[in-house]
Amino acid sequence: MRSFTYERPSTPAEAAASVARNPEAKFIAGGTNLLDLMKLQIETPSHLVDVNGLSLDRIEPTPEGGLRIGALVRNTDLAADPRVRTDYGVLSRALLAGASGQLRNKATTAGNLLQRTRCPYFYDTAQPCNKRQPGSGCSALDGVSRQLAVIGASEACIATHPGDMAVAMRVLDATVETVDAKGTERKIPVAEFHRLPGDRPEVDTHLKPGELITAVTLPAPKAGTHIYRKVRDRASYAYALVSVAAILAKDGTGHVAFGGVAPRPWRVEAAEADLRKGAKAVTDRVFAGAKPTEHNAYKLKLAERTLTAALNQARA
Amino acid sequence: MKFDTPAGQNPIDQLKVVGKATDRIDGKFKTTGTASYAYERHDVVPNQAYGYVLGAGIAKGRVRAIDTAAAKRAPGVLAIVTTLDVPKQGLGVMNVANLFGGDEIQHYHQAIAVVVAETFEQARAAAFLVKVDHAPGAGKFDLAVEAKAAKPVEGGSGEGSGGGGEDRHGDFEGAFGQAPVKLDQTYTTPDESHAMMEPHATIAAWQGDTLTLWTSNQMIAWGHGSVAKILGIPKENVRIDSPYIGGGFGGKLFVRADAVLAALGAKAAGRPVKLALTRPLIINNTTHRPATIQHIRIGATRDGHITAIAHESISGNLQNGRPETAVDQTKLLYAGANRLTAMRLAHLDLPEGNAMRAPGEAPGLMALEMAMDEMAETLGLDPVEFRIRNDTQVDPGKPERPFSHRDLVGCLKRGAETFGWNRRNPTPGQVRDGHWLVGIGMAAGFRNNLLMKSGARVRLDPAGTVTVETDMTDIGTGSYTIIAQTAAEMMGVPLDKVVVRLGDSAFPVSAGSGGQFGANNATAGVYAACVKLREAVAQRLGINSADAVFADGEVRSGNRAVPLGQAANAGELTAEDAIEYGDLSKKQQQSTFAGHFVEVGVDADTAEVRVRRMLAVCAAGRILNPKSARSQVIGGMTMGVGAALMEELAVDTKRGFFANHDLAGYEVPVHADIPHQEVIFLDEVDPQSSPMKAKGVGELGICGVGAAVANAVYNATGVRVRDYPITLDKLLGRMPDAA
Repeated sequence: MRSFTYERPSTPAEAAASVARNPEAKFIAGGTNLLDLMKLQIETPSHLVDVNGLSLDRIEPTPEGGLRIGALVRNTDLAADPRVRTDYGVLSRALLAGASGQLRNKATTAGNLLQRTRCPYFYDTAQPCNKRQPGSGCSALDGVSRQLAVIGASEACIATHPGDMAVAMRVLDATVETVDAKGTERKIPVAEFHRLPGDRPEVDTHLKPGELITAVTLPAPKAGTHIYRKVRDRASYAYALVSVAAILAKDGTGHVAFGGVAPRPWRVEAAEADLRKGAKAVTDRVFAGAKPTEHNAYKLKLAERTLTAALNQARA
Repeated sequence: MKFDTPAGQNPIDQLKVVGKATDRIDGKFKTTGTASYAYERHDVVPNQAYGYVLGAGIAKGRVRAIDTAAAKRAPGVLAIVTTLDVPKQGLGVMNVANLFGGDEIQHYHQAIAVVVAETFEQARAAAFLVKVDHAPGAGKFDLAVEAKAAKPVEGGSGEGSGGGGEDRHGDFEGAFGQAPVKLDQTYTTPDESHAMMEPHATIAAWQGDTLTLWTSNQMIAWGHGSVAKILGIPKENVRIDSPYIGGGFGGKLFVRADAVLAALGAKAAGRPVKLALTRPLIINNTTHRPATIQHIRIGATRDGHITAIAHESISGNLQNGRPETAVDQTKLLYAGANRLTAMRLAHLDLPEGNAMRAPGEAPGLMALEMAMDEMAETLGLDPVEFRIRNDTQVDPGKPERPFSHRDLVGCLKRGAETFGWNRRNPTPGQVRDGHWLVGIGMAAGFRNNLLMKSGARVRLDPAGTVTVETDMTDIGTGSYTIIAQTAAEMMGVPLDKVVVRLGDSAFPVSAGSGGQFGANNATAGVYAACVKLREAVAQRLGINSADAVFADGEVRSGNRAVPLGQAANAGELTAEDAIEYGDLSKKQQQSTFAGHFVEVGVDADTAEVRVRRMLAVCAAGRILNPKSARSQVIGGMTMGVGAALMEELAVDTKRGFFANHDLAGYEVPVHADIPHQEVIFLDEVDPQSSPMKAKGVGELGICGVGAAVANAVYNATGVRVRDYPITLDKLLGRMPDAA
């Protein structure tokens, strides 16, 4: 870990201004991902802006009948909130499928959206990785890629977004609220929040330098069975090979997003019209143009069968 | 004490303390955080500095230059030693990879520098400032490719299994050719990491030319000699102390880079140095269980008697490395007159392959016992019955040589009855429970019992306290407790009058911990020393030792009863001895046996496998402490589930290293993966093994489990996966259509 300076600003705009001023500055909230990356010098901020004191830790109803979740609401608290459990079950289930109790106690809503990939080559500083060191190459393309992306990736990077929460947020049509150094507020649909890597895989999101997440807003609840089905090699404490976040009616109609398959939660709304025809009709459209590697081609079949499981569950 | 005739009646047979389920005597220290592991021994020497080890970023080649200028200027840095600063160091016992010194890189993350600083954080930060100029060379990293060039090799695991490049009895090819029912299949097992909880860690301190290492090591005497050899210093100038070890599984049989670099760093810094290997270094810098490609052929009569059996295994290793001895159990487990076992070794430039819990048998049985399941199905025989039908009470290659005691059949029958084997549907893919496909599988477990010389010293003080000193280690197995039980039984005192001190090279040399040989041999060594102490006590008290009864803290003879401690009134009594073995184990084969039974559920849609029930029935001689023995077996069963379903070091065959080098990427079972585990020990003794009449049991727990899981998955789904681990991607394309 490199030495860094540290401050605790008192308002979101101050925090944003502080990071905007210094290209080597980073926000820190729960630190469950950033601190690990700093120890390995994958992240080397020279200045940390601690946002934990900014009172962004409330869950409030919105006039539109939804919920506004403060950026600093801990994963544990969000998963346990009665309104979330009642009306947004897919979100509660996704949160509880991730990490461990100890990590969820620290991890925040905004931080969860910003967690970085778990690609093994991103973590090994002796190996080329375009996301960690732009221009150095992608070791995963012809390396170990069983966990990595099958769609939305590029020749420069096949990393996945590793999270569960964002997949649920995606099927819920959540909106990310931000503030910048000038105090200007912005609303970004979660669908447009994470970038695809293209030729700049080092940039994970569409946030501007210094732009601070203040909240995530959920629209009014969607009716149907809320399902989060996470498939992994062991029963707990593992990243998804494939996950399905779905809100489904008994007749199979509804909404579905996939995790573990792409650099961001993967949802193709147009394909949802085919849900009544069964899983394969949907996944054929959702994964049209997929470019799996030899190691991860199984994810296409797995995504179809996991959606089948979700449809069965909704019908039951 | 020479043990060359079977044990008769002796004080251990009283079973007042030995054989009773006993809490660990070190348990309270572990649960209160007062059992200090190597890295936590802040009190042993003042002024400890911190070391951080840097590993090579290439898998093969040379280090051209190392620039330490910036690192040396970094805050807190006291010293940096690079591999170019010192000549190639010597090799320790059992190892082939160079630990440090010189410019040659043999494998990824080979240690190339140690940075010593005032704090851990400073050492780590400075290590990132070291600039290394690597000259990469071409290497061989893909076992499947290099297997074609593999050459016959003889060798042992160092833990009891081994053999020739090719061993034959009868005419395998002829008998196999004529057999009416045949199996001919290939199975693979992956590279695995020990993934023990405690990393390799050492504190090193020099006093003049004398070096003390507080470390984490399973085999103190090996380590003691190895440190001297590697560093080129006299053995008398080295002391190793390792009282608590947070798991080893074979990964700490040897001296590794942590010990060598702590010593070199301490010398350079002029201060004691503590360091631990990071998890990536544990995976690519130390040793691992090598992957295997195993070819099995079985020929049988139509009524299921094996007439021909062949087991050939290919593994890879560095130059001069040993093979994974995966074929060894096949020499002894089943009958059959015509037999072939063979090992071949391919040259690979991956990190060093070496012993991991039950080396040989663990991966070997994963293949053999799946083959037996397949063969039983082909024969239309129940898998339990097929194994019973091919039981043998003699070494099938040398029929004049019987087993000392073998009750595999008892394990299988008791297991089948307890587990409800008769409820298994022999047609696969038939049983549903909601969205789960349910299956039951079984396998035989087998592991040899090894006899190794083991010494101990016992002391008696006037308070009647018996202190045992031996360099035996407790790697989480319960050695402290069974040694205390042995001394208590022998001297007639309660457990709380026994003090056990372990893991110090100043103590008498023991068998150490490995190859499930620790428990029987180390307690037998304590038995031998206690026999001597009993004689000394009797002599001091003027009692004929043959008449003396040691019980309830007293020594009794006729009408006389004297407190034991009284024998030490004139000064502490000390006795030292070792158990040494004759040729009993050559005349008769000593092995341990198990029946493993497993029920799994396989998700009908996603093919996720979850274990639902497990049972192990073990026949392993006298069980010294049923409680800690059970812990050993359930630990082995858990490791077997890992091997069957998830554990795999993912080889980057282009860059030459294990890519998933942390515990997020290398998955081992978590609590949620492990269901109820039941363990039954058959009530037996083996007088051929030692005065304790016990045998090893710690590795028996893993032997066969993987195949039992695999066979259960097959029974659930009808999909046979012969390449471990059985991850869902290998099942998915062949799963039955979901109803």
